[in-house]
Amino acid sequence: MSDQSSYFVPASSRLPIWMAFGLMLFVLGAGYTINDLDKPDSNSYWILIAAFAVIFSVFFFWFGEVIKENDKGMYSDQLNRSFVMGMQWFIFSEVMFFFAFFLALGYVRIFAVPWLGGEGEKAIANMLWPGFEATWPVMQTPDQSLFQGPKENMNFPGFANVGHWLPFWNTLCLVTSSGTITIAEHALKKGNRNSFKFWMVMTLILGYTFVYLQGLEYYEAYDHMGLTLGAGIYGTTFFLLTGFHGFHVCLGAIILTIMTIRGFRGAFTKDDHFGLAAGSWYWHFVDVVWILLVLVVYVF
Amino acid sequence: MSAVIDSHSDDHHHGPAKGITRWLYTTNHKDIGTLYLWFSFLMLFLGGAMAMVIRAELFEPGSQIVSPEFYNQMLTNHGLIMVFGAVMPAFVGLANWIIPMQIGAPDMALPRMNNLSFWILPVAFGILISTFFMEGGGPNFGWTFYAPLSTTYAPPTVTFFIFAVHIMGASSIMGSINIITTILNMRAPGMTFMKMPLFTWTWLITAYLLIAVMPVLAGAVTMMLMDIHFGTSFFNAAGGGDPVLFQHIFWFFGHPEVYIMILPAFGIVSHIIETFSRKPIFGYTSMVYAIASIAILSFIVWAHHMFTVGMPIAGELFFMYTTMLIAIPTGVKVFNWLSTMFKGSISFETPMLFSIAFVALFTIGGLSGLMLAIAPADFQYHDTYFVVAHFHYVLVPGAIFGIIAGVYYWLPKWTGNMYDEVLGKTHFWMSFISVNITFFPMHFVGLAGMPRRIPDYALQFADFNMVISIGAFIFGLTQLLFLFIILKSIFAGKQATSEVWEGAKGLEWTVASPAPYHTFETPPEVK
Repeated sequence: MSDQSSYFVPASSRLPIWMAFGLMLFVLGAGYTINDLDKPDSNSYWILIAAFAVIFSVFFFWFGEVIKENDKGMYSDQLNRSFVMGMQWFIFSEVMFFFAFFLALGYVRIFAVPWLGGEGEKAIANMLWPGFEATWPVMQTPDQSLFQGPKENMNFPGFANVGHWLPFWNTLCLVTSSGTITIAEHALKKGNRNSFKFWMVMTLILGYTFVYLQGLEYYEAYDHMGLTLGAGIYGTTFFLLTGFHGFHVCLGAIILTIMTIRGFRGAFTKDDHFGLAAGSWYWHFVDVVWILLVLVVYVF
Repeated sequence: MSAVIDSHSDDHHHGPAKGITRWLYTTNHKDIGTLYLWFSFLMLFLGGAMAMVIRAELFEPGSQIVSPEFYNQMLTNHGLIMVFGAVMPAFVGLANWIIPMQIGAPDMALPRMNNLSFWILPVAFGILISTFFMEGGGPNFGWTFYAPLSTTYAPPTVTFFIFAVHIMGASSIMGSINIITTILNMRAPGMTFMKMPLFTWTWLITAYLLIAVMPVLAGAVTMMLMDIHFGTSFFNAAGGGDPVLFQHIFWFFGHPEVYIMILPAFGIVSHIIETFSRKPIFGYTSMVYAIASIAILSFIVWAHHMFTVGMPIAGELFFMYTTMLIAIPTGVKVFNWLSTMFKGSISFETPMLFSIAFVALFTIGGLSGLMLAIAPADFQYHDTYFVVAHFHYVLVPGAIFGIIAGVYYWLPKWTGNMYDEVLGKTHFWMSFISVNITFFPMHFVGLAGMPRRIPDYALQFADFNMVISIGAFIFGLTQLLFLFIILKSIFAGKQATSEVWEGAKGLEWTVASPAPYHTFETPPEVK
């Protein structure tokens, strides 16, 4: 730790307080917008738009500042280790966020739905809805008048029909893109910039294809299958798990797009490309979550 | 800083900036620690004022001062503000001030993010408190916000509550990432893990717990948001969900959360007891392993908060036994503290008084916790004042006494001045007596069946409740004395030496009092 004497501590910064301001606008904007959803003439969404403008601007200037400082050589190896650890623990926090939703799905499938169907010693709920049969996916909800169950579900249709099953193509896209970004990183480390750019673009194409297919899947669900957020617990868990995953894919794709643009503009060197590496870890993380999702949401 | 050539590093060697921008733009761990501590002090008085309203209402049976609806809001926000606004930020503030100095680091690892972690809190609590003045009033569903109280039957302001919790969680996660990174990456050369001061150790594990469970809380409130506004049925059995699911997710967060609020206090008390016993801590290694065991166990005990909800018997037994296991590492810590004091040359300055009270009263809270852990007995205790007595014993003479002890212990290092010892001891004895007057009788009324969270009670509880309320008023007023003592130390205290306490060990006591704006820019060598 001989480089410790040069740990860079910025003197002061206006960026964080602006970010806090942006978050204040976000809480107020999101709160008012959602509370006013049933009022068509409400214009509270402007607060939300302003919030995003502030937050994205701060991100832009904040990362810009970090890049400038790094280019000036102000960052020691030790400080770079701080960034590495920071990103790793951030990804751990994201893992735990998904854990909550997997926990919910597991609890519902293992306990709540069978109990509603009359299984076990505590099955008093069966007296409330005597006709309810516990199946997974739940196609007939206990109270069909409140939560109209879906007509069809997204489950694995068997290997014969796998070509018409969007999650198959989605899996293919995401797993392949995890490979292409690894190739891109290796190319960068070898100093082969053209290959690096090519494989980054490939990764982005695959990533955005995933987002497109996921959008298509949601459209199908709402349009033909009667599978909505209000379709009982199957729709609830399906949309929340795949939705938050899709949201994280979007975030990862935005991060990688920015990294690709930076790469085209000549940023990153063989041994100094933390932004790209962090984006790549994030991308592998969404890939792993997807594989778990396919297993517990779609297949089993 | 020798290797760095830049305009930033020029003013880096200067002192703090002038005026309000010092606090708005600061990246200095000491400034940010100060901000956290004052913020939590403000929240302590705000949450305390709400407790006073609660105790005034309960002074006599019958409806006294406030409507039941407002009582619910007071109860909910007293809990939320004390947990998320007072205790947690106070510990983060202490971590900010002390950890870099204890491990010989120049600052926190990610200083700008450190500033952001703090400034989110006034935003989040400002919005939370503003919901009182919105249509429908503030949160009124208890600090545990169980569904469906917080979904189907919640006031419309619950949306703001949900987003406020989201950004509070973001603040905690960023703060914890910062603390973990600082501890793992910024230790002075020679400071191995098993030479690390115990306060730093407790915070390393606390930060890990925070990063593990705050996202789960974010998930829980997100599910609430979806159920309320977007038609999902996570917590609605009519759609195939289960309101009990909410309790499982909440307490998966909630139980590690209660250890988040006590582990750093363990660290503070360990330092204080070794300093004023003039002996090194007994069983340092076992202390570290005990903290780690408590943290790991905290993930597999959550359902003891919901024994009466209708779990299968296997679940009741599993969570009963795991809960009882926690008594073992906790017992190790208590006996280590006692053994540290055994045959020590003890002197009883204010921080030591608070720490000894901590050991005794926290143990009472821990033992009532063991009673609550017995599943069949819990069917009687559940949701009575016995539970209120239990968690207030571990949080008030536990966490808050730990914080107060830490403030007295390190105050001379922060301000450069001693506090008034006579006033400090007065503060201690007033607090110690009144906290027991307040919370001890709650055991009795709880065992006799007085339910918690209700603004009225049966006549046979009247005498004890009056005693409890009087104790609470004295305790509340006593804390104004604490504010006075701190202000007096800042503006009119006697100059402190750099060692401050005769037996104090550790790097933070090697720097001047008050600690210079920047410390350990060249790391010290730890032997």
